[in-house]
Amino acid sequence: MVDRTPSKEPMSGGDVPLRVVLAKLGLDGHDRGIKVVARILRDAGMEVIYLGLRQTTDSIVTAVMEEDADAIGLSMHNAGHMTLAPNMVKALRQAELPVPIIVGGIVPKDDVQPMLDAGVAAVIGPGASAEEVAAIVRDAVSASV
Amino acid sequence: MGRQLQPVQEMYREAKGGDRRALGRLLTRIERGGPPADEIGELAHVDAGSAHVIGITGAPGSGKSTLTGRLVELLRDNDVRPAVLAVDPSSPLTGGAILGDRIRMEGTPSTEPSGTRSTNDVFIRSMATRGHSGGLAVAVPQAVRLFDAVGYDPIIIETVGVGQVEVDVVGAADTAVVVMTPGMGDAVQANKAGLLEVADVFVVNKADRPGADDVRRDLDLMLDLSHVTGQEDGSGYRPPIVMCSAIDGDGTTDVWQAVADHLEILGKLGRRHIRRRHRIRAEIRATLNQALDSRIDDLIYSEVGERLVSDAQNASRSPSSAAAAVLDHLLGRR
Repeated sequence: MVDRTPSKEPMSGGDVPLRVVLAKLGLDGHDRGIKVVARILRDAGMEVIYLGLRQTTDSIVTAVMEEDADAIGLSMHNAGHMTLAPNMVKALRQAELPVPIIVGGIVPKDDVQPMLDAGVAAVIGPGASAEEVAAIVRDAVSASV
Repeated sequence: MGRQLQPVQEMYREAKGGDRRALGRLLTRIERGGPPADEIGELAHVDAGSAHVIGITGAPGSGKSTLTGRLVELLRDNDVRPAVLAVDPSSPLTGGAILGDRIRMEGTPSTEPSGTRSTNDVFIRSMATRGHSGGLAVAVPQAVRLFDAVGYDPIIIETVGVGQVEVDVVGAADTAVVVMTPGMGDAVQANKAGLLEVADVFVVNKADRPGADDVRRDLDLMLDLSHVTGQEDGSGYRPPIVMCSAIDGDGTTDVWQAVADHLEILGKLGRRHIRRRHRIRAEIRATLNQALDSRIDDLIYSEVGERLVSDAQNASRSPSSAAAAVLDHLLGRR
């Protein structure tokens, strides 16, 4: 089914893999979803810098700087998204890092628009396909450049 | 935001001044290769000093990242400013990668309530092996030189001990640390991987687990054999075997001591410049390999190349004769 021949020079020219920092912000132990997303983005040809659980806005800012990330994926299942995500936006602005934030996890419909208004690039709900997840990340990056 | 358009020289100046964003971006340029990477190399070459380059390798899951994290912690407590380059494999199919080393190194720095790191703190960068054969062998020394030039010392390269390039990269460090664990097969397995020859310091991690002493005994025996078979370098240096449990920090001070001792011994024996020379030679070689490799790729996917592949496929030519024909093209003999 799959042609297992690696393509010619997969990394050459302008075809540089996107680098995405994935993290769970704050106290939130549900990391099954973010691990699936890590795999989805890897399989979409991206480099995933996986930070995992219990990250702070500061630790994410540091990682984004040092890793020169193109995007941040935040996974949120603790109902703190309305506070934490805008905090993340602020922290990035303060550090002058023009990097889009994509939030995934459990976000009630009514909260989506306010999150976007607060500067989050996209919100991905449950049920999004692998292709959709990768496309949303790519679009968010191209929109921010 | 135009950040990609920022001139290399300006970023370099900022990185030297302690700007971590600029350093992060320069490292991206190095990874991408090409003229900007060469330009960075020229700048860094002038400013690079003689930072202690430490390679840490071992099987997946042996605790390299956890150990690296502990060493970083120790160094920070002693007001030393280390940089870490954590290398993880890219998928050969998609080019993607999951770079998961930070998560095990970050423990202390990231959870500090004081906030983001100061300019005097550790810098951790994850690097995927990416598709190019040999690309890593060029990008790693360039990144190390950049870290050195902007003031980091020591520089720790962490890479999984599979693949010749990965082993070579660690082997070319001033001090190569090989991490072993109980339950991963005996030292014969490590012999296969070619890790034993490059080790300056052995660490038996997870030493609290059963079988750790067996690993130590096996390693000891292997080292005795190196003596018998004359594989020793004649300096009289015998790599120490340090037992530790990185996850709770037991023995990590001993690991650092062994690493520091090794550097001192290298210096005393006047062998450090030999390592450097070896490293520089390897880098020049890797750069040439990379350049040739991309020319070979161009050729092999060209019309001529496709024809040769077809010839070999329908058996009108052997693959080695097709290769010889490609080589002729490459050398302009045809």
